[in-house]
Amino acid sequence: MEKTWNNKAWFMVLPVLLLVAFSAVIPLMTVVNYSVQDTFGNNQFFWAGTEWFEEILHSERFHSALGRNLVFSFIILAIEVPLGIVIALNMPRKGWGVPVCLVLMALPLLIPWNVVGTIWQVFGRVDIGLLGHTLEQLGINYNYVQNPMHAWFTVIIMDVWHWTSLVVLLCYAGLVSIPDAFYQAAKIDGASRWAVFRYIQLPKMNRVLLIAVLLRFMDSFMIYTEPFVVTGGGPGNSTTFLSIDLVKIAIGQFDLGPAAAMSIIYFLIILLLSWVFYTVMTNYDAER
Amino acid sequence: MARIDLNHIRHAYVPNPKSDKDYALKEVHHSWEDGGAYALLGPSGCGKTTLLNIISGLIHPSHGQLLFDGQDVTNLSTQERNIAQVFQFPVIYDTMTVYDNLAFPLRNRGVPEAEIDRKVRETLEMIDLGSWAKKKARGLTADQKQKISLGRGLVRSDVNAILFDEPLTVIDPHMKWVLRSQLKQLHQRFGYTMVYVTHDQTEALTFAQKVVVMYDGEIVQIGTPEELFERPKHTFVGYFIGSPGMNVMPVQLSGGMAQVGRHQIQLPSPSMPAVSGKVELGIRPEYVRLGRLGMPVKIAKVEDIGRLKIVRTRLEDQEIAVIVGEGQEIPTDPHIAFDPKGINIYADSWRVGGL
Ligand SMILES: Nc1ncnc2c1ncn2[C@@H]1O[C@H](COP(=O)(O)OP(=O)(O)OP(=O)(O)O)[C@@H](O)[C@H]1O
Ligand SMILES: [Mg+2]
Repeated sequence: MEKTWNNKAWFMVLPVLLLVAFSAVIPLMTVVNYSVQDTFGNNQFFWAGTEWFEEILHSERFHSALGRNLVFSFIILAIEVPLGIVIALNMPRKGWGVPVCLVLMALPLLIPWNVVGTIWQVFGRVDIGLLGHTLEQLGINYNYVQNPMHAWFTVIIMDVWHWTSLVVLLCYAGLVSIPDAFYQAAKIDGASRWAVFRYIQLPKMNRVLLIAVLLRFMDSFMIYTEPFVVTGGGPGNSTTFLSIDLVKIAIGQFDLGPAAAMSIIYFLIILLLSWVFYTVMTNYDAER
Repeated sequence: MARIDLNHIRHAYVPNPKSDKDYALKEVHHSWEDGGAYALLGPSGCGKTTLLNIISGLIHPSHGQLLFDGQDVTNLSTQERNIAQVFQFPVIYDTMTVYDNLAFPLRNRGVPEAEIDRKVRETLEMIDLGSWAKKKARGLTADQKQKISLGRGLVRSDVNAILFDEPLTVIDPHMKWVLRSQLKQLHQRFGYTMVYVTHDQTEALTFAQKVVVMYDGEIVQIGTPEELFERPKHTFVGYFIGSPGMNVMPVQLSGGMAQVGRHQIQLPSPSMPAVSGKVELGIRPEYVRLGRLGMPVKIAKVEDIGRLKIVRTRLEDQEIAVIVGEGQEIPTDPHIAFDPKGINIYADSWRVGGL
């Protein structure tokens, strides 16, 4: 039979293209539109070119928010990934413990973000919060409202509490896919606990770890709700991360131009860093 | 190397075994001689892997005791027992090279690097992967993986025993033959105690000095290939060993004679011990004579298998296979006779002695 060659099939994907256009491309282009213009209200716009971009890229405020965000992402990755692996390794593989552990692990993931923030906001209060009050009793002058270190401590602990289970669940999924025969062979070969981890468990978790790192990085880099609820970005600007700063500029100060420019820069940074993570980890994978 | 005694070993995978049915191993009481080469033969699910895992310590038996050279090792770990085992499904360490895979068991035991290098190269030659040493193990084919798995079992020289669990299933016939003869050579050179699990009777019969036949969680017979062929202790051994298997038919015994249907068959020895239960007569197709004398049969089918022919006959409603030479003519009025030296009598599937 003669095959027909034409481009009619494109009509089939048209609905999806339209959907994507409305949900992603058009809003994104609006942002681009704002980022290259200046406005003084009344729907009057003036061409600004790359002015906003230059301003943002040279602004002290942006640099320090970016720095804070990078430090924050680095710290929570450094805690959550190893901690998640350790917990996953120690979770039971069979018996009644499995569903219990899985549900316990999934619990923090099911709580809405602003509720998580509220929980920790209350939890850390010196007068009524369990954490704050206990620390107080222990003689530590804990006050996340005024002390930047304490504010950071609270936000990081909160994120670890909220998101480590994601890493745990992903790693656990990798671990249970390892057939028993591997552990048996390792016993016969006299492998140490470390060797079993290094040569059997880690290679099997490789894939899911990549996903976990990417997800946790992107998420922590975009973190907004929880620190906003707990500290409101303070004290001072000490926990003002990029997204909080962005909202301050856009809604607090109503500087749409710089805010739009900042959104685009922000987006590109996330894209770039995710690509770097992905390339580094898949290359490492292929090399081995 | 060591002599291994299994002292009334029983094992159940279920937590609270009640009846015999719950046991994957019903009762195994047996010794593996120091330096012996054994083949462990039996159908799927009869407990071969379970038995090996108990010897190597991967499974702790529910009952019984395990001795190496007279010392109780039942509660020792796999590592302390120092056993090499090759698994039914090949296990390789993906991220390591072929070389490192073989070196792994030695490195874990702190063998000096020079010694490791010597042993690994020797083993690589044996499994014919010498030129693959530097390759990652990940991309290899199934049979190469199985060879690596085998190699890791052979690389240690100080083991108490080497256990092979169907190590050559996916390897092509020629290579299978080569590896099998190499295992035999190794055995002669170093005198390892070897246990070799297989489904394949020719493999078992060519590899081993002693063949151990298991059936339904029990060892039913241990013997040389000839013993298994001539005097199967259990009807299962008769069916399982030989191709085609032994002919087994229900009989009634009376005074040195066995009655099959309407026919009387002379037993080799008139002094039969009293038997009870289900009585059967077993005779291998090789010992049934086809000719003009004896019991009249119908021919159902003739299969040509090269130098020999298998003739499927029917004696009343009993099927009996006969093996005849290729040139032998099949008479138009066929009769069969049983060679007395091939006759075995079974009561409740177990051979009655004294014949
Ligand atoms: N981990 C296990 N848990 C529960 N039952 C098991 C387990 N392993 C084996 N069994 C059961 O024990 C019996 C013996 O199994 P085993 O693996 O020892 O048989 P095998 O002789 O090695 O068979 P095959 O030739 O198929 O490998 C089987 O009935 C099997 O279903
Ligand atoms: Mg098995």
